[in-house]
Amino acid sequence: MNLRNIRIVYRKELMDSLRDRRTVISMIVVPIFLMPVLTIFVGVLSARLIGRALLQVPSVMIIGGENSPGILGALRALPDVKVVPATSDYAQRIVDKKIRAAVELPSDFDAIIARGDSAEVRIDIYQGEINSGFTADKLQKFFRDFRENIIRERLDAHQLPEKLVTPIFVEEANVAPPEKVGGVVLGGLVPYFVMILSLTGTMYPAMDLTVGEKERGTIETILCSPISRTSLVLGKFLMVLTASLSTAALAIASMGLTLAAAGKMVRGVGQLGNLGFQFQITPKAVIWVFVMVMPLAVLFSAALLAISLFAKSFKEAQSYLSPLTILVLAPAIVSILPGVELNARLSLIPILNTSLVSKEIVSGTYHWNYIALIFGSSCVYAAVALWVAVRLFQREDVLFRI
Amino acid sequence: MIVAESLGKEFRARKRGAIRAVEKLSFSCTPGQIYGLLGAIGAGKTTALRMLATILAPTSGTASVAGFDIRRDPEKARQNSGFLSTATALYGRLTALEMVEYFGSLYGLDSATVRRRTLALFERLDISSIRDRRCEDLSTGMKQRVSIARTLVHDPPVMIFDEPTSGLDVISARTIVAFIRECRASGKTVVFSTHVMSEAEKLCDKIGIIHDGRLLAEGSLAELRSRYGYADLEEIFVRVVSA
Repeated sequence: MNLRNIRIVYRKELMDSLRDRRTVISMIVVPIFLMPVLTIFVGVLSARLIGRALLQVPSVMIIGGENSPGILGALRALPDVKVVPATSDYAQRIVDKKIRAAVELPSDFDAIIARGDSAEVRIDIYQGEINSGFTADKLQKFFRDFRENIIRERLDAHQLPEKLVTPIFVEEANVAPPEKVGGVVLGGLVPYFVMILSLTGTMYPAMDLTVGEKERGTIETILCSPISRTSLVLGKFLMVLTASLSTAALAIASMGLTLAAAGKMVRGVGQLGNLGFQFQITPKAVIWVFVMVMPLAVLFSAALLAISLFAKSFKEAQSYLSPLTILVLAPAIVSILPGVELNARLSLIPILNTSLVSKEIVSGTYHWNYIALIFGSSCVYAAVALWVAVRLFQREDVLFRI
Repeated sequence: MIVAESLGKEFRARKRGAIRAVEKLSFSCTPGQIYGLLGAIGAGKTTALRMLATILAPTSGTASVAGFDIRRDPEKARQNSGFLSTATALYGRLTALEMVEYFGSLYGLDSATVRRRTLALFERLDISSIRDRRCEDLSTGMKQRVSIARTLVHDPPVMIFDEPTSGLDVISARTIVAFIRECRASGKTVVFSTHVMSEAEKLCDKIGIIHDGRLLAEGSLAELRSRYGYADLEEIFVRVVSA
């Protein structure tokens, strides 16, 4: 191993890669623009759509209740619901999104209530359709208030206290600081994006520097120079690692700025801001997420370099790396699932451990024992992957598997 | 100087089992001499030369290149040799100058020496005008000249050429042939493989006929002619490999 030669190879590979459009796109353009584009076109757009849906006055049909002018009048008087004439194909109209919901009432609803009996009401909706869901919420609220009024009237009629039917009051209160409330939602997403991008940023350079050399016939040229194969693979590895880390760094920077900007925009929209979402990551969290991603970037770089070297052609390398992407993303996705919490055993599972600890870091929780364990275990996995890559570079059957 | 002693190479293929590409190959080549390995495609020439260039490791025997054993001192052997074949391509996104300087620095030369030698070689090979053009934009002939500069930048005492004119047009092939002659004239040890009889006749001081990985006959062109009774090298070759 010769440090001078490693530096020479690294410098050449960096220059070579920066002249390659595909590497520049995966290493620089994607991490910078992916998050803003996703946020602007998906996040803010969906926030606006939700806002618009909440403000919309939905059309609703009342089925039945012919002999109940009281409830019909009350429903028609609702300010944020428009009652339209009933038709027999109301269910189809809900599916066709011509109306958002239908309320099915017994014809003698008023009489049933007056008798002191229970009336059955059904709200027909299109489950999963956002406007229909919001309409159902409005109707539920109406009937909840209506029911409470009736209870109150019936209790008054019998001179009974209201406490009789409400023996327990249950209240839910958030005691977590705002950044942690936001962290639960966004914390899972930040490392997920960073890891995806540090992996995708590695892919193209790893293939270009290995199987790309085989395809272009430059592998024989470099192998006849006096550089040792260990120095050669380390020089190439450093370049792939640079691509991975710079992609991760740019992704984190871009994400931080985007979330800050999105926070302002959403507060402007006025809907999500009220739900307690926190659109900021502290600089300390940014640094620690990056530190935790570093050994993972080494692991990705070495593993992808080894796998790509093993392939005969670019196409073969792509067919190896595509399923690997899914394999790598699965633990990252698991970390976003609610209820998956960091523990000693999960701290040893690569990718999942980094994803979980990053989620905690973004939400402001620093479990230093887990951070040390995860960083250490990730370093071990990374070293093993690098050792495999170095060994593969010594094997003629791999280098000349053409 | 190159001395090959019972050099052998066996590949293990999953379906075909063990394949002996080169078997007990022994020959020597002295400074100022061109040794030609003549053989059909698949005879084992490329494997033999790749072993001399230390790109492949022998499974038996050994060789010394410029006094360095290819098994014990592969890096020193590479340091003192230049290897050129049609398979040794250039880095397309580097300029001609960057390409040659990159290899010069890998050979341990300091940047001032690399620059001086590269510019002198470009001048000699008449490619100074394309020094800042990317290799991917060069014609085949220009690429070959840049490759020559790449093999010569460290001024090695030993040159190894594996079918260097294969697939080249007449003009580019002539450039290579002239370059090989220059190497001999400057006292370098030259080993050269080809399946083109006329090239071997024109260039080689000593010819080794290789078939199925084994050296079947060796000698100067005059020696081979008198031994086999044919003036035409092609006839000699056919006689040797079909015997």
